Amino acid sequence: MSATTSGWQSCAIVEIASRTPAIKSFFLRLTEPFDYKAGQHVDVRLTGPDGYTATRSYSIASAPSGSDLIELAIERLADGEVSPFFHDVAQVGDMIELRGPLGGHFLWPGRTENPVLLIGAGSGVVPLMAMIRYRQASAEPVPVALLLSSRTSFDVLFRDELLELERSLPDFALALALTREPATRRTDFSRRIDPPMVADVAARLPAAPRSVLVCGSNPFVEAATDAALALGVEAGAIKTERYGI
Amino acid sequence: MVTRGFTGRPSGSELSERIPPGQHLVENFPVLTAGPTPRIEPADWTFTLKVGPRPVKIWNWSEFNALPRTRMTRDIHCVTSWSKLNTAWEGVTIDDILADAGMSAPTPFALAHCYDGYSTNVPLADLAAGKAMVALNYEGQPLPRDHGGPARLLVPHLYFWKSAKWVNGLQFTERDEAGFWELRGYHIYGDPWREQRYRND
Repeated sequence: MSATTSGWQSCAIVEIASRTPAIKSFFLRLTEPFDYKAGQHVDVRLTGPDGYTATRSYSIASAPSGSDLIELAIERLADGEVSPFFHDVAQVGDMIELRGPLGGHFLWPGRTENPVLLIGAGSGVVPLMAMIRYRQASAEPVPVALLLSSRTSFDVLFRDELLELERSLPDFALALALTREPATRRTDFSRRIDPPMVADVAARLPAAPRSVLVCGSNPFVEAATDAALALGVEAGAIKTERYGI
Repeated sequence: MVTRGFTGRPSGSELSERIPPGQHLVENFPVLTAGPTPRIEPADWTFTLKVGPRPVKIWNWSEFNALPRTRMTRDIHCVTSWSKLNTAWEGVTIDDILADAGMSAPTPFALAHCYDGYSTNVPLADLAAGKAMVALNYEGQPLPRDHGGPARLLVPHLYFWKSAKWVNGLQFTERDEAGFWELRGYHIYGDPWREQRYRND
Protein backbone atom coordinates (compact mmCIF):
# COMPACT_ATOMS: atom_id res chain seq x y z
CA MET A 1 0.00 0.00 0.00
CA SER A 2 1.55 3.24 -1.00
CA ALA A 3 0.32 6.77 -1.32
CA THR A 4 0.57 8.62 -4.56
CA THR A 5 1.94 12.04 -3.96
CA SER A 6 1.17 14.63 -6.52
CA GLY A 7 2.24 18.23 -6.53
CA TRP A 8 0.56 21.30 -5.12
CA GLN A 9 -2.69 22.38 -6.69
CA SER A 10 -4.81 25.44 -6.15
CA CYS A 11 -8.42 24.68 -5.21
CA ALA A 12 -11.45 26.90 -4.80
CA ILE A 13 -13.51 26.86 -1.62
CA VAL A 14 -17.02 26.22 -2.95
CA GLU A 15 -18.91 25.92 0.33
CA ILE A 16 -18.36 26.53 4.03
CA ALA A 17 -20.63 24.85 6.58
CA SER A 18 -20.65 25.36 10.35
CA ARG A 19 -20.65 21.93 11.96
CA THR A 20 -20.20 22.59 15.67
CA PRO A 21 -19.32 25.70 17.69
CA ALA A 22 -15.62 25.03 16.96
CA ILE A 23 -15.64 23.11 13.68
CA LYS A 24 -16.45 24.18 10.13
CA SER A 25 -16.43 22.09 6.98
CA PHE A 26 -14.70 23.46 3.89
CA PHE A 27 -15.66 21.96 0.55
CA LEU A 28 -12.85 22.35 -1.98
CA ARG A 29 -13.01 21.72 -5.72
CA LEU A 30 -9.89 19.90 -6.87
CA THR A 31 -8.41 21.33 -10.05
CA GLU A 32 -6.49 18.08 -10.53
CA PRO A 33 -8.83 15.43 -9.11
CA PHE A 34 -7.18 12.45 -7.40
CA ASP A 35 -8.30 9.07 -6.14
CA TYR A 36 -7.92 8.61 -2.43
CA LYS A 37 -8.68 6.09 0.26
CA ALA A 38 -10.85 6.69 3.29
CA GLY A 39 -8.55 7.80 6.10
CA GLN A 40 -6.06 9.74 4.00
CA HIS A 41 -5.23 13.42 4.45
CA VAL A 42 -4.06 16.41 2.45
CA ASP A 43 -1.44 19.01 3.26
CA VAL A 44 -2.72 22.57 3.05
CA ARG A 45 -0.27 25.43 2.47
CA LEU A 46 -1.00 29.10 3.15
CA THR A 47 1.37 31.74 1.79
CA GLY A 48 1.73 35.25 3.14
CA PRO A 49 2.55 38.34 1.05
CA ASP A 50 6.21 38.08 2.14
CA GLY A 51 6.47 34.48 0.97
CA TYR A 52 6.11 33.00 4.45
CA THR A 53 4.30 29.66 4.31
CA ALA A 54 2.40 27.63 6.89
CA THR A 55 1.57 24.00 6.17
CA ARG A 56 -0.82 21.74 8.06
CA SER A 57 -2.29 18.30 7.48
CA TYR A 58 -6.07 17.83 7.44
CA SER A 59 -7.90 14.52 7.12
CA ILE A 60 -10.41 14.20 4.31
CA ALA A 61 -13.94 13.80 5.69
CA SER A 62 -15.63 12.97 2.40
CA ALA A 63 -15.75 9.42 1.08
CA PRO A 64 -13.87 8.52 -2.08
CA SER A 65 -16.50 8.78 -4.79
CA GLY A 66 -14.86 10.02 -7.97
CA SER A 67 -16.12 13.53 -7.27
CA ASP A 68 -13.77 16.47 -7.65
CA LEU A 69 -15.05 17.89 -4.33
CA ILE A 70 -13.40 17.05 -1.03
CA GLU A 71 -14.56 18.01 2.44
CA LEU A 72 -12.15 19.09 5.17
CA ALA A 73 -13.57 19.61 8.66
CA ILE A 74 -11.30 22.02 10.51
CA GLU A 75 -11.40 22.73 14.23
CA ARG A 76 -10.52 26.24 15.30
CA LEU A 77 -7.53 26.08 17.64
CA ALA A 78 -7.29 29.21 19.78
CA ASP A 79 -3.51 29.47 19.48
CA GLY A 80 -3.43 28.14 15.94
CA GLU A 81 -2.01 29.80 12.89
CA VAL A 82 -3.85 28.06 10.07
CA SER A 83 -7.20 27.05 11.60
CA PRO A 84 -8.10 30.64 12.67
CA PHE A 85 -7.43 31.72 9.08
CA PHE A 86 -9.94 29.16 7.83
CA HIS A 87 -12.55 30.11 10.45
CA ASP A 88 -12.17 33.87 10.45
CA VAL A 89 -10.82 34.85 7.02
CA ALA A 90 -11.46 32.22 4.37
CA GLN A 91 -14.52 32.73 2.16
CA VAL A 92 -16.25 30.89 -0.64
CA GLY A 93 -14.31 31.58 -3.83
CA ASP A 94 -10.90 31.78 -2.15
CA MET A 95 -8.17 29.64 -3.66
CA ILE A 96 -6.32 27.29 -1.31
CA GLU A 97 -3.16 25.35 -2.12
CA LEU A 98 -3.15 21.69 -1.18
CA ARG A 99 -1.60 18.41 -2.15
CA GLY A 100 -2.48 14.81 -1.64
CA PRO A 101 -3.68 12.26 -1.04
CA LEU A 102 -1.19 11.53 1.73
CA GLY A 103 -0.80 8.81 4.34
CA GLY A 104 -0.63 5.11 3.57
CA HIS A 105 -1.33 3.59 6.98
CA PHE A 106 -4.45 4.93 8.72
CA LEU A 107 -6.81 3.49 6.12
CA TRP A 108 -10.15 1.73 5.92
CA PRO A 109 -9.23 -1.98 5.91
CA GLY A 110 -11.73 -2.87 3.18
CA ARG A 111 -12.09 -6.07 1.18
CA THR A 112 -12.90 -8.05 4.29
CA GLU A 113 -16.00 -8.92 6.26
CA ASN A 114 -14.20 -8.63 9.57
CA PRO A 115 -15.78 -6.23 12.05
CA VAL A 116 -14.14 -2.83 12.42
CA LEU A 117 -14.10 -0.77 15.61
CA LEU A 118 -13.61 2.97 15.15
CA ILE A 119 -12.79 5.15 18.16
CA GLY A 120 -12.47 8.92 17.91
CA ALA A 121 -12.54 12.06 20.00
CA GLY A 122 -13.67 15.49 18.87
CA SER A 123 -12.43 16.31 15.37
CA GLY A 124 -10.63 12.94 15.45
CA VAL A 125 -13.80 11.55 13.92
CA VAL A 126 -12.95 13.16 10.56
CA PRO A 127 -10.95 10.30 8.98
CA LEU A 128 -13.33 7.81 10.61
CA MET A 129 -16.28 9.63 9.04
CA ALA A 130 -14.69 9.18 5.62
CA MET A 131 -14.56 5.44 6.38
CA ILE A 132 -18.17 5.26 7.54
CA ARG A 133 -19.36 7.23 4.53
CA TYR A 134 -17.31 4.95 2.27
CA ARG A 135 -18.74 1.90 4.03
CA GLN A 136 -22.26 3.19 3.37
CA ALA A 137 -21.64 4.12 -0.24
CA SER A 138 -19.74 0.96 -1.16
CA ALA A 139 -22.18 -1.40 0.61
CA GLU A 140 -19.24 -3.58 1.63
CA PRO A 141 -20.65 -6.04 4.18
CA VAL A 142 -18.37 -4.85 6.98
CA PRO A 143 -19.88 -4.42 10.45
CA VAL A 144 -18.72 -1.15 11.98
CA ALA A 145 -19.02 0.34 15.44
CA LEU A 146 -18.06 3.94 16.21
CA LEU A 147 -17.28 5.15 19.72
CA LEU A 148 -17.08 8.94 19.58
CA SER A 149 -16.11 11.09 22.54
CA SER A 150 -17.15 14.75 22.62
CA ARG A 151 -17.71 17.34 25.30
CA THR A 152 -21.44 17.87 24.72
CA SER A 153 -23.96 16.72 22.15
CA PHE A 154 -23.48 20.07 20.36
CA ASP A 155 -19.81 19.26 19.93
CA VAL A 156 -20.50 15.94 18.20
CA LEU A 157 -19.15 16.47 14.70
CA PHE A 158 -21.51 15.07 12.01
CA ARG A 159 -24.08 14.30 14.75
CA ASP A 160 -27.22 14.37 12.61
CA GLU A 161 -25.63 12.34 9.85
CA LEU A 162 -24.31 9.76 12.31
CA LEU A 163 -27.70 9.40 14.00
CA GLU A 164 -29.34 8.95 10.59
CA LEU A 165 -26.72 6.38 9.58
CA GLU A 166 -27.37 4.48 12.79
CA ARG A 167 -31.03 4.24 11.78
CA SER A 168 -30.44 3.42 8.12
CA LEU A 169 -27.27 1.34 8.03
CA PRO A 170 -27.92 -2.15 9.41
CA ASP A 171 -24.34 -3.05 10.33
CA PHE A 172 -23.45 0.26 11.98
CA ALA A 173 -23.50 0.87 15.73
CA LEU A 174 -22.97 4.33 17.21
CA ALA A 175 -22.02 5.14 20.78
CA LEU A 176 -21.37 8.67 21.98
CA ALA A 177 -19.31 9.37 25.09
CA LEU A 178 -20.18 12.84 26.39
CA THR A 179 -17.69 14.15 28.90
CA ARG A 180 -19.40 17.38 30.02
CA GLU A 181 -23.11 16.65 29.96
CA PRO A 182 -25.35 13.67 30.66
CA ALA A 183 -26.13 11.51 27.67
CA THR A 184 -29.82 11.18 26.85
CA ARG A 185 -29.67 8.03 24.74
CA ARG A 186 -29.52 4.69 26.52
CA THR A 187 -26.78 3.52 24.18
CA ASP A 188 -24.48 6.46 24.95
CA PHE A 189 -22.19 7.19 27.87
CA SER A 190 -21.75 10.16 30.22
CA ARG A 191 -18.06 9.82 31.01
CA ARG A 192 -14.57 9.73 29.56
CA ILE A 193 -13.44 6.66 27.65
CA ASP A 194 -12.49 3.63 29.76
CA PRO A 195 -11.97 -0.10 29.16
CA PRO A 196 -15.53 -1.20 30.11
CA MET A 197 -16.91 1.35 27.63
CA VAL A 198 -14.71 0.05 24.81
CA ALA A 199 -15.68 -3.53 25.69
CA ASP A 200 -19.38 -2.57 25.66
CA VAL A 201 -19.15 -0.96 22.22
CA ALA A 202 -17.02 -3.78 20.78
CA ALA A 203 -19.68 -6.24 21.98
CA ARG A 204 -22.23 -4.51 19.71
CA LEU A 205 -20.33 -5.96 16.75
CA PRO A 206 -21.36 -9.46 15.59
CA ALA A 207 -17.85 -10.74 16.32
CA ALA A 208 -14.70 -9.49 17.97
CA PRO A 209 -13.15 -6.57 16.03
CA ARG A 210 -10.30 -7.60 13.78
CA SER A 211 -9.31 -4.04 13.04
CA VAL A 212 -9.35 -1.02 15.36
CA LEU A 213 -8.71 2.56 14.22
CA VAL A 214 -8.27 5.29 16.82
CA CYS A 215 -7.94 9.04 16.22
CA GLY A 216 -7.68 11.83 18.77
CA SER A 217 -5.33 13.48 21.23
CA ASN A 218 -2.42 11.45 22.52
CA PRO A 219 -3.92 10.77 26.00
CA PHE A 220 -7.22 9.73 24.39
CA VAL A 221 -5.47 7.43 21.94
CA GLU A 222 -3.44 5.88 24.76
CA ALA A 223 -6.62 5.19 26.76
CA ALA A 224 -8.40 3.74 23.72
CA THR A 225 -5.53 1.52 22.60
CA ASP A 226 -4.92 0.21 26.12
CA ALA A 227 -8.61 -0.72 26.28
CA ALA A 228 -8.49 -2.41 22.86
CA LEU A 229 -5.38 -4.38 23.84
CA ALA A 230 -7.14 -5.45 27.05
CA LEU A 231 -9.94 -6.86 24.87
CA GLY A 232 -7.40 -9.11 23.21
CA VAL A 233 -7.02 -7.19 19.95
CA GLU A 234 -3.51 -7.71 18.59
CA ALA A 235 -1.29 -4.63 18.64
CA GLY A 236 -0.69 -5.01 14.91
CA ALA A 237 -4.44 -4.74 14.25
CA ILE A 238 -4.68 -1.33 15.97
CA LYS A 239 -3.89 1.76 13.93
CA THR A 240 -3.69 5.19 15.49
CA GLU A 241 -3.58 8.76 14.36
CA ARG A 242 -2.71 11.38 16.95
CA TYR A 243 -3.01 15.13 16.83
CA GLY A 244 0.41 15.21 18.41
CA ILE A 245 -0.83 16.77 21.64
CA MET B 1 0.58 31.73 -4.70
CA VAL B 2 -0.24 34.28 -1.98
CA THR B 3 -3.27 33.23 0.04
CA ARG B 4 -5.79 36.07 0.27
CA GLY B 5 -5.92 37.45 3.79
CA PHE B 6 -3.17 35.28 5.26
CA THR B 7 -0.40 37.13 7.03
CA GLY B 8 1.06 34.33 9.16
CA ARG B 9 2.46 34.46 12.60
CA PRO B 10 5.41 36.80 13.21
CA SER B 11 8.48 34.86 14.29
CA GLY B 12 11.69 36.04 15.91
CA SER B 13 14.24 36.65 13.19
CA GLU B 14 17.12 35.13 15.15
CA LEU B 15 15.17 31.88 15.46
CA SER B 16 13.65 31.82 12.00
CA GLU B 17 16.94 30.81 10.39
CA ARG B 18 16.85 27.65 12.49
CA ILE B 19 13.39 26.68 11.26
CA PRO B 20 13.31 24.78 7.94
CA PRO B 21 10.78 25.78 5.25
CA GLY B 22 7.17 24.84 5.97
CA GLN B 23 7.89 24.22 9.69
CA HIS B 24 6.56 26.05 12.75
CA LEU B 25 7.92 26.19 16.28
CA VAL B 26 6.35 24.34 19.18
CA GLU B 27 7.17 24.49 22.87
CA ASN B 28 5.57 21.17 23.78
CA PHE B 29 6.77 17.79 22.54
CA PRO B 30 4.03 16.27 20.36
CA VAL B 31 3.60 12.50 20.23
CA LEU B 32 2.83 10.84 16.89
CA THR B 33 2.76 7.07 16.63
CA ALA B 34 1.08 4.78 14.11
CA GLY B 35 -0.06 2.19 16.66
CA PRO B 36 -0.30 1.36 20.36
CA THR B 37 2.58 2.46 22.59
CA PRO B 38 4.68 -0.62 23.38
CA ARG B 39 5.48 -1.48 26.99
CA ILE B 40 9.10 -2.66 27.24
CA GLU B 41 10.74 -3.16 30.61
CA PRO B 42 14.47 -2.42 30.65
CA ALA B 43 15.01 -5.95 32.03
CA ASP B 44 13.49 -7.33 28.81
CA TRP B 45 15.19 -4.88 26.46
CA THR B 46 17.94 -5.94 24.06
CA PHE B 47 19.69 -4.27 21.15
CA THR B 48 20.83 -6.40 18.21
CA LEU B 49 23.41 -5.37 15.63
CA LYS B 50 22.95 -7.24 12.35
CA VAL B 51 24.77 -7.50 9.06
CA GLY B 52 22.10 -8.53 6.58
CA PRO B 53 20.20 -11.39 8.26
CA ARG B 54 23.11 -12.26 10.57
CA PRO B 55 23.19 -10.98 14.18
CA VAL B 56 26.73 -10.00 15.11
CA LYS B 57 26.22 -8.72 18.65
CA ILE B 58 23.39 -8.43 21.17
CA TRP B 59 23.50 -6.16 24.22
CA ASN B 60 21.14 -6.37 27.19
CA TRP B 61 20.08 -3.24 29.08
CA SER B 62 22.94 -3.22 31.58
CA GLU B 63 25.56 -4.02 28.94
CA PHE B 64 24.24 -1.26 26.71
CA ASN B 65 24.19 1.23 29.57
CA ALA B 66 27.86 0.47 30.26
CA LEU B 67 28.85 1.83 26.84
CA PRO B 68 30.33 5.36 26.58
CA ARG B 69 27.70 8.09 26.93
CA THR B 70 27.39 11.14 24.70
CA ARG B 71 25.20 14.20 25.16
CA MET B 72 23.83 16.25 22.29
CA THR B 73 21.46 19.23 22.22
CA ARG B 74 19.75 19.60 18.85
CA ASP B 75 16.81 21.15 17.00
CA ILE B 76 14.33 18.53 15.78
CA HIS B 77 11.86 18.70 12.90
CA CYS B 78 8.77 16.54 12.43
CA VAL B 79 7.32 15.98 8.95
CA THR B 80 3.90 16.98 10.32
CA SER B 81 5.41 20.51 10.36
CA TRP B 82 6.43 21.16 13.96
CA SER B 83 9.98 21.97 14.98
CA LYS B 84 11.35 22.04 18.51
CA LEU B 85 14.61 23.77 19.39
CA ASN B 86 17.35 22.82 21.84
CA THR B 87 16.22 19.32 22.77
CA ALA B 88 18.77 17.67 25.09
CA TRP B 89 19.57 13.99 24.70
CA GLU B 90 22.00 11.48 26.16
CA GLY B 91 22.83 8.09 24.78
CA VAL B 92 25.29 5.93 22.90
CA THR B 93 26.54 7.05 19.49
CA ILE B 94 26.40 4.63 16.59
CA ASP B 95 30.21 4.98 16.41
CA ASP B 96 30.53 3.69 19.98
CA ILE B 97 28.11 0.83 19.31
CA LEU B 98 30.20 -0.27 16.32
CA ALA B 99 33.44 0.15 18.30
CA ASP B 100 32.09 -2.05 21.09
CA ALA B 101 31.20 -4.67 18.51
CA GLY B 102 34.78 -4.43 17.24
CA MET B 103 33.77 -3.68 13.70
CA SER B 104 33.51 -0.91 11.19
CA ALA B 105 30.33 -0.45 9.20
CA PRO B 106 30.16 -3.20 6.58
CA THR B 107 27.76 -1.46 4.17
CA PRO B 108 26.73 2.17 3.47
CA PHE B 109 23.07 1.60 4.45
CA ALA B 110 21.18 0.60 7.58
CA LEU B 111 17.66 -0.11 8.79
CA ALA B 112 16.66 0.60 12.37
CA HIS B 113 14.21 -1.95 13.80
CA CYS B 114 11.79 -1.47 16.68
CA TYR B 115 9.68 -3.39 19.19
CA ASP B 116 6.42 -2.37 17.54
CA GLY B 117 7.49 -3.66 14.12
CA TYR B 118 8.40 -0.17 12.92
CA SER B 119 11.51 0.30 10.81
CA THR B 120 13.25 3.17 9.07
CA ASN B 121 16.27 3.42 6.80
CA VAL B 122 19.20 5.76 7.38
CA PRO B 123 22.43 5.88 5.37
CA LEU B 124 25.62 5.17 7.30
CA ALA B 125 26.85 8.68 6.50
CA ASP B 126 23.98 10.05 8.61
CA LEU B 127 24.57 7.64 11.49
CA ALA B 128 28.36 7.79 11.89
CA ALA B 129 30.79 10.54 12.89
CA GLY B 130 28.77 11.51 15.94
CA LYS B 131 25.67 12.41 13.95
CA ALA B 132 23.31 9.90 15.56
CA MET B 133 22.81 7.94 18.74
CA VAL B 134 20.60 5.48 20.52
CA ALA B 135 19.12 7.87 23.07
CA LEU B 136 18.36 6.69 26.59
CA ASN B 137 17.71 10.03 28.33
CA TYR B 138 15.76 13.14 27.38
CA GLU B 139 16.25 16.40 29.29
CA GLY B 140 18.18 14.56 31.99
CA GLN B 141 15.51 11.91 32.62
CA PRO B 142 15.01 8.36 31.36
CA LEU B 143 13.24 8.55 28.02
CA PRO B 144 9.43 8.52 28.60
CA ARG B 145 7.58 5.55 27.16
CA ASP B 146 5.47 7.58 24.72
CA HIS B 147 8.62 9.21 23.35
CA GLY B 148 10.20 5.82 22.69
CA GLY B 149 11.45 4.72 26.09
CA PRO B 150 13.47 2.91 27.09
CA ALA B 151 15.49 3.71 23.95
CA ARG B 152 15.04 5.44 20.60
CA LEU B 153 17.22 6.23 17.65
CA LEU B 154 18.11 9.92 17.37
CA VAL B 155 19.05 11.28 13.93
CA PRO B 156 18.25 14.92 14.62
CA HIS B 157 19.20 16.39 11.24
CA LEU B 158 16.58 14.32 9.38
CA TYR B 159 12.77 14.47 9.74
CA PHE B 160 11.92 12.92 13.08
CA TRP B 161 10.23 9.78 11.73
CA LYS B 162 13.83 8.60 11.16
CA SER B 163 14.44 8.81 14.92
CA ALA B 164 12.71 5.49 15.52
CA LYS B 165 11.06 4.97 18.90
CA TRP B 166 11.41 1.71 20.89
CA VAL B 167 14.46 0.78 18.84
CA ASN B 168 15.82 -2.73 19.34
CA GLY B 169 18.29 -3.15 16.54
CA LEU B 170 20.32 -1.79 13.69
CA GLN B 171 20.72 -3.84 10.53
CA PHE B 172 23.28 -3.05 7.86
CA THR B 173 21.93 -3.68 4.37
CA GLU B 174 23.54 -3.93 0.95
CA ARG B 175 21.00 -1.53 -0.57
CA ASP B 176 19.03 1.43 0.75
CA GLU B 177 15.86 -0.45 1.80
CA ALA B 178 12.71 1.52 2.56
CA GLY B 179 11.26 1.27 6.07
CA PHE B 180 7.70 1.65 7.40
CA TRP B 181 6.82 5.20 6.35
CA GLU B 182 9.15 5.16 3.36
CA LEU B 183 7.04 2.27 2.01
CA ARG B 184 3.89 4.33 2.66
CA GLY B 185 4.68 7.37 0.59
CA TYR B 186 7.27 9.22 2.65
CA HIS B 187 10.65 10.33 1.34
CA ILE B 188 13.48 7.81 1.29
CA TYR B 189 15.94 10.28 2.91
CA GLY B 190 13.95 13.04 4.66
CA ASP B 191 16.09 16.18 4.79
CA PRO B 192 13.99 18.96 6.41
CA TRP B 193 16.06 21.72 4.82
CA ARG B 194 15.20 20.38 1.36
CA GLU B 195 11.60 19.65 2.44
CA GLN B 196 11.89 15.99 1.52
CA ARG B 197 8.56 15.04 3.06
CA TYR B 198 7.04 12.71 0.50
CA ARG B 199 8.34 10.34 -2.12
CA ASN B 200 8.75 12.72 -5.03
CA ASP B 201 9.83 15.83 -3.10
